Amino acid sequence: MSDPERELRVSKIRNGTVIDHISGGQALNVLAILGIDGSEGVGVSIGMNVPSDKLGTKDVLKVEDRELSQGEVDVLSLLAPEATVNIVREFEVVEKKRVERPERVVGLLTCPNHNCITNQDEPVESAFEVVDDGVRCEFCGEIVREDIGDHLAVH
Amino acid sequence: MRHDHLLSAGQLTRGDIEAVLDRAADLADDPGAVGERHADRLLALCFFEPSTRTKMSFDTAMKRLGGDTVDMGPVESSSVKKGESLADTVRVIEGYADGIVLRHPSEGAAKLASQFVDVPVVNAGDGAGQHPSQTLLDLYTMRERAGLDDLTVGIMGDLKYGRTVHSLASALTNFDARMHFISPESLRLPHGVQFDLHDAGARLREHTDLDDVLSELDVLYVTRIQRERFPDENEYQQVAGEYQIDAGTLERARDDLTVMHPLPRVDEIAPDVDATDHAAYFAQAHNGVPVRMALLDELLGGDAATDGGAGR
Ligand SMILES: [Zn+2]
Repeated sequence: MSDPERELRVSKIRNGTVIDHISGGQALNVLAILGIDGSEGVGVSIGMNVPSDKLGTKDVLKVEDRELSQGEVDVLSLLAPEATVNIVREFEVVEKKRVERPERVVGLLTCPNHNCITNQDEPVESAFEVVDDGVRCEFCGEIVREDIGDHLAVH
Repeated sequence: MRHDHLLSAGQLTRGDIEAVLDRAADLADDPGAVGERHADRLLALCFFEPSTRTKMSFDTAMKRLGGDTVDMGPVESSSVKKGESLADTVRVIEGYADGIVLRHPSEGAAKLASQFVDVPVVNAGDGAGQHPSQTLLDLYTMRERAGLDDLTVGIMGDLKYGRTVHSLASALTNFDARMHFISPESLRLPHGVQFDLHDAGARLREHTDLDDVLSELDVLYVTRIQRERFPDENEYQQVAGEYQIDAGTLERARDDLTVMHPLPRVDEIAPDVDATDHAAYFAQAHNGVPVRMALLDELLGGDAATDGGAGR
């Protein structure tokens, strides 16, 4: 139906992970969450703001030679709750992972409360409980509802 | 109370709270009831912010229990000044003492400390976070004056940064209490606290004007609005003035209204209230000692199981 989608499908990867239906504009944050910045040497294709029936626009990511773990997929759900994750081997989708919200995320986000003890040079990782409509700092109680991608502690 | 630490009021069940309050009442009647079991125990007082009041209260409580205290002293003269992390500080102090009372300017400090030590940590105030031992003495006072059932409580002042408010509101969700929060728009309860209150099914309403609810209240809990919360002096004067009470204000209240304040006060309660039957804030402060005795007795434990602590 839409040409951009067809083009993206053309560039199939041999082995790796395809993350589709990422909310438009979030692809770079998803890469950051996964700790991928290109320096690893893996091939990464990014399609941003591709027209999508479901989401209006969406982002698509293809990461070669890397299979995401369920933990990584769960974390991804915070930024891209609609995302679908396909593991590809020899050009075939061998596994479709379900994106489920984790109960907590550790070390991944920075608390937006500047006065939180986790922002004071202490030897602890940040820890957030996942609540109905966001995440909540386990140390100071601060709640992050929107733009969770702005609080990534990466990398 | 089956907890290793007291970090926030939210961890306390109604049963936990009542056990401490009951024990505090016993100890208020007979301070010797605890016996000798804390005689060799040391409590470390780690106050990274000046607070003579809370510190003295814990110091007194521990000594009345027959134990003793060691004081970190002011931050200016400690290793902290040289850049030591809190995690390191408490790990060192853990070696000196059987428990740690911590006051710190950052939210979450007590929680962090508790992750690095095996001795009990009592949060005696973490930034704008929590101050749960204050809450226990607040509840003790409320129970004595008004009971904790079918209670209508007004909490007024700096609800945003007031850690005593956050802890008290959280603890009151265990009881049959209606809560009214009265503050300037800019100092309303933070989202995180509201989230917990709603989550606990609290019945609460927010107001900017005390007169909206004064006549309904059993308890009015007043807190200080600090100058540094406002960009300029004029705005502070104007806003803070609306949240000060005097004997005249209270003529519109019920005769049996109890007025509380975590102290120290500045000018949010006029001295002419002191002589009225409403004033409970000095009794409230005095209750800090038996309540903290009961709390420390529980947390430091020891022979509790064979020493009248059955059923707790
Ligand atoms: Zn925090």
